[in-house]
Amino acid sequence: MSEPRLVDSYTAPKEVLQEFAEMAEEEDIDPFAETAKQRQIAARQSDYHNRRFNRQAHDSADAFKAVVEGEDVEGGYKDAMRLQRLEKEEERVRRAIEEKERQEREEGQQKMDLDKTPPRAEIEEAQKELAAMQGTKRKRRWDIAEPESEKENKEVKGEWSQEALEGAAPKKRRSRWDATPADVAAETPSGKRSRWDQAPAAAPEVPMTPIIMNAPGLMHEDKHNRYLTDEELDAILPSAGYAIVTPPPGYAPLIRPPKLSGPSVTEVGGFQIQESSDAAAAAAAAGLAPELPTEIPGVGNLAFFKPEDAQYFAKILKEEDETELSVDEMKERKIMRLLLKIKNGTPPVRKTALRQITDKARDFGAGPLFDKILPLLMERTLEDQERHLLVKVIDRVLYKLDDLVRPYVHKILVVIEPLLIDEDYYARVEGREIISNLSKAAGLAHMISTMRPDIDHADEYVRNTTARAFSVVASALGIPSLLPFLKAVCRSKKSWQARHTGIRIVQQIAIMMGCAVLPHLRNLVECIAHGLQDEQTKVRTMTALALAALAEASAPYGIESFDNVLKPLWVGIRLHRGKSLAAFLKAIGFILPLMDPEYVSYYIKEVTIILIREFQTSDEEMKKIVLKVVQQCAATEGVTAQYIKQDILPDFFKAFWVRRMALDRRNYRQVVETTVELAQKAGVAEIVGRIVNELKDEAEPYRKMVMETITKVVASLGASDIDERLEVRLVDGIIYAFQEQTTEDQVMLDGFGTVVNALGIRVKPYLTQIVSTILWRLNNKSAKVRQQAADLTTRLAVVIKQCGEDQLLSKLGLVLFEQLGEEYPDTLGSIIAAEGAIANVVGMTQMNPPVKDLLPRMTPILRNRHEKVQEATINLIGRIADRGAEFVPAREWMRICFELLDLLKAHKKGIRRAAVNSFGYIAKSLGPQDVLQVLLTNLRVQERQSRVCSTVAIAIVAETCGPFTCIPAILNEYRTAELNVRTGCLKALSFVFEYVGPQSAYYADSVVTMLEDALTDRDLVHRQTASTIVKHLALGVAGLGCEDSMLHLMNLVWPNCFETSPHVIGAVMEAIEAMRVTLGPGVLLSYVLQGLFHPARKVREVYWRIYNSLYLGAEDALVPFYPDLGELSEGQNVYDRQPLQMFI
Amino acid sequence: MSSELRYTANTQLEHLHARYTGTGHADLTKYEWLTHQHRDTLSSIVGHPTLTSYLAIADGEAVGRVRFEMTERMLQPCGPPPPKDD
Repeated sequence: MSEPRLVDSYTAPKEVLQEFAEMAEEEDIDPFAETAKQRQIAARQSDYHNRRFNRQAHDSADAFKAVVEGEDVEGGYKDAMRLQRLEKEEERVRRAIEEKERQEREEGQQKMDLDKTPPRAEIEEAQKELAAMQGTKRKRRWDIAEPESEKENKEVKGEWSQEALEGAAPKKRRSRWDATPADVAAETPSGKRSRWDQAPAAAPEVPMTPIIMNAPGLMHEDKHNRYLTDEELDAILPSAGYAIVTPPPGYAPLIRPPKLSGPSVTEVGGFQIQESSDAAAAAAAAGLAPELPTEIPGVGNLAFFKPEDAQYFAKILKEEDETELSVDEMKERKIMRLLLKIKNGTPPVRKTALRQITDKARDFGAGPLFDKILPLLMERTLEDQERHLLVKVIDRVLYKLDDLVRPYVHKILVVIEPLLIDEDYYARVEGREIISNLSKAAGLAHMISTMRPDIDHADEYVRNTTARAFSVVASALGIPSLLPFLKAVCRSKKSWQARHTGIRIVQQIAIMMGCAVLPHLRNLVECIAHGLQDEQTKVRTMTALALAALAEASAPYGIESFDNVLKPLWVGIRLHRGKSLAAFLKAIGFILPLMDPEYVSYYIKEVTIILIREFQTSDEEMKKIVLKVVQQCAATEGVTAQYIKQDILPDFFKAFWVRRMALDRRNYRQVVETTVELAQKAGVAEIVGRIVNELKDEAEPYRKMVMETITKVVASLGASDIDERLEVRLVDGIIYAFQEQTTEDQVMLDGFGTVVNALGIRVKPYLTQIVSTILWRLNNKSAKVRQQAADLTTRLAVVIKQCGEDQLLSKLGLVLFEQLGEEYPDTLGSIIAAEGAIANVVGMTQMNPPVKDLLPRMTPILRNRHEKVQEATINLIGRIADRGAEFVPAREWMRICFELLDLLKAHKKGIRRAAVNSFGYIAKSLGPQDVLQVLLTNLRVQERQSRVCSTVAIAIVAETCGPFTCIPAILNEYRTAELNVRTGCLKALSFVFEYVGPQSAYYADSVVTMLEDALTDRDLVHRQTASTIVKHLALGVAGLGCEDSMLHLMNLVWPNCFETSPHVIGAVMEAIEAMRVTLGPGVLLSYVLQGLFHPARKVREVYWRIYNSLYLGAEDALVPFYPDLGELSEGQNVYDRQPLQMFI
Repeated sequence: MSSELRYTANTQLEHLHARYTGTGHADLTKYEWLTHQHRDTLSSIVGHPTLTSYLAIADGEAVGRVRFEMTERMLQPCGPPPPKDD
């Protein structure tokens, strides 16, 4: 056969299947590995955020406790401060080295250029020096806690660094990849040693030891972060596909090699596990990585288990003989199990574990708990969910531990502070909550003494997070309690970092607490005011930013608090340049709106000079701030239109209304906003006149920017200000811009619509031109262009009618009618909407094309599945049914009714509502019988939504045509044996009574028998819906004399009060409430009294609930109905209500 | 409250109710309930001027005096709480 063979099914190409098969063969492949990586917080965050791993936590001894117990505290504030100073010094020296190194490198570079290979002697010398320096470095670390060595450090420093620097330059050239252990060994015995090494040889043991968290080079005994040995690496990494790469020639490890036995480490109370016992377990766990356990002895099933978890939970992974363990060890394992359950367990497991750990928190003690929790939080592979759960554990545990937490405050802070600068809002909130609870538990004094050392920490990251943490403390314990401390810090003479951080704390307080700073505004401003004249630029900048934050938070009040910073600020803007000028301007911008209108103009004049100068700036940040300040100036009351027009506008337009500004999204927005704000003062004509010519600019983004500005200005201020000449230019420009657009944009459309609508009747001379543009574009090749033209018609229809151009409208209507065959749904939707808009303004009788032609054309379009088309169509049809139903034959309407049923299934509520309303309109013009028949038949369909909408439509028909037309049909339909139909009828009836209100009185008796049947049905839903009907009925007939039938219904509803299904009981309770309105609370009370003191609790509970709602609904009205219980009086308690027994 | 209802919207309503004085629960004692009734009665009298003047006429007292006495009596309208017997 010559014809190609037919294939009976299609499948994926062979190569693809092959690829998957290969992938399946490679065992360890994990298709989710990439996403797992993204879930990790550390992998996602910036380097700045990850600086948290470099932080170092120390014990913060509980000074209060020590005082009570009368012993000396170790590792307290003093040591922390000393440590911090040392660290700072270290940082400084390191910087100096780097600086020198860089210089030398530059010099060396030059040398290298001359002579490519450095002489051997130089290299050897360098190696020796380097070795010496390596030793030095380590030594220095371990001397951290030694006071003498600190002194020494200072003394020898110059020399030392000199020496180091000599070694530093050639350092790069040496390969030390696997030489490190040798270096370590060589370290002590010396060879050629630097003098520095000899000094602190006999370092006395210092009890206080810092726990250094997770910085790999710092914590030798921390097995989680120790260096992996070659064996371990072999176990972890697959053997195939990996090669051991030789390090690049210039590589020298930055961090000291591992393995140094420090006796001090074992004393630490932190998370330490004996190396011998679990190194094997960890290795095994690492080796077993592919088949990680999901079931762990004593823990049960887990949701997941990561290889990293094996390190932390090694102890509970293997079976142990529990009898050999000490109490502490048992406790430790218990905590680990609970934590593992919380971190990795399924929700129910997690919940119980969380409750247990909370309940037992005080038994476990702060130490063991935090030693386990905190390292987990510092794990690099931590994911959001795990972090959230662990933070939750800390939160719960904090509550229980209260002041026991004191020694761990700093450790907790180190872990929690990074949350304060997380990108995730909820993480920030969690962090704030923990710190605020922590400060409540530990107390202000302890918090301050713990965080004080970090205030002038060498690392900016630490200072930043500490400032935020302090602001949380301030909000938790109140600003006044922190004020004296803040004052002291902001005036610190010792270091500018402290001042900087202090001022930043104030800024953060303002940002976080908002207008709650108002009562303390003066104090806060006084605290930081002097910072404006600080000799450090950074401090000045931060002060200005803090003032800006304070002013923003306190707006529009509190100008008097800023009195004494006004002068420095305004003087400052003349003195400073660059970043600090930007900050000063920002502060001024926020203070201006607080000022009195009389004074503000003077200050604005002062600042305008600088602003205008800075208009020229090339700095983006400065540009943004300048624009913002101009906007704020323009918004103040005190500035006059005259001033803006004369002094600001010329330069402003010269600097900012240039094409370049339209290219950057943020600049674009800023310029538009500022110009609109200026227009509020300067007027429409002034602004529009300046930019209207730019509508014909050749750059499209720029035209768009002009258009958007004009739109906003005209929308807020109207077009009455625009004179005839400007009007010509404006309309001309708009038409040009609209025609020339290459990307069909909402901006152009909105602009056109807004301007034309604002001009109103003045647009008449241009209409012919505009409409011919539209007509032209309606026939464009591009669907987008056609859609936009139709949308424009929708917006212009009203104005065209106002101008009396009915001719144009009917022409547009006809063209649109011809376009109804449009195949792009979006465009079709717009076209129908435009047709609808024209029909709206013209009216059904004048509509061209005539309605009798238009509607039959719409019927098939109703089947279109596109939402926009559906909505536009149903709106148009509904409008026709409402206004001009008589122009269309009844048979057409019936056809539409059937089509409309499909729309009841639409996802969009607007469509369903429009469809349901259309049923009402159609029923009104045709009479209800036929429509009702369609709807009642629709109750038999499967989809619930369709049935529900039918019931609503029935109710609407009943409302528009009178209930008497529908209720008999509904009652008749109720006799069908089908469940869905009966429920549908009940629902329809409930809507009917809801809509008709008091008219229900006429129909109450006729539905009673049906309700009897429904309320005694076995089916819950029947009783529920019937209760809803009773509710609406009872509320409708209240006060209309239907008490007898209502009482009967009440008797049928009442036994349902013991139902437990939430919807049913809800409906029943509402019915009973409604009965209170109709029958009066007295009758209801007599029902309720039967069970208030029933021997069965379940009965009492239900009756009391009814009593409570009755009581709250009619407290006063119940008074005469309470039973006379005088005979219950006994002893001192007299229960007679004498006042009610009086007679005249 | 029965456990089935614990998670429904009605629970919230119930909590809301419990925040008002005068509402009750399954363990309310006779004394507490009646005390609330008496207070309601007294406040109703004070709140309806017609009732107050009716009582004033019946008692032969000034309206202000009646209102004052009713208000005073609200403190412990049924006497001191009975001793707990357990």
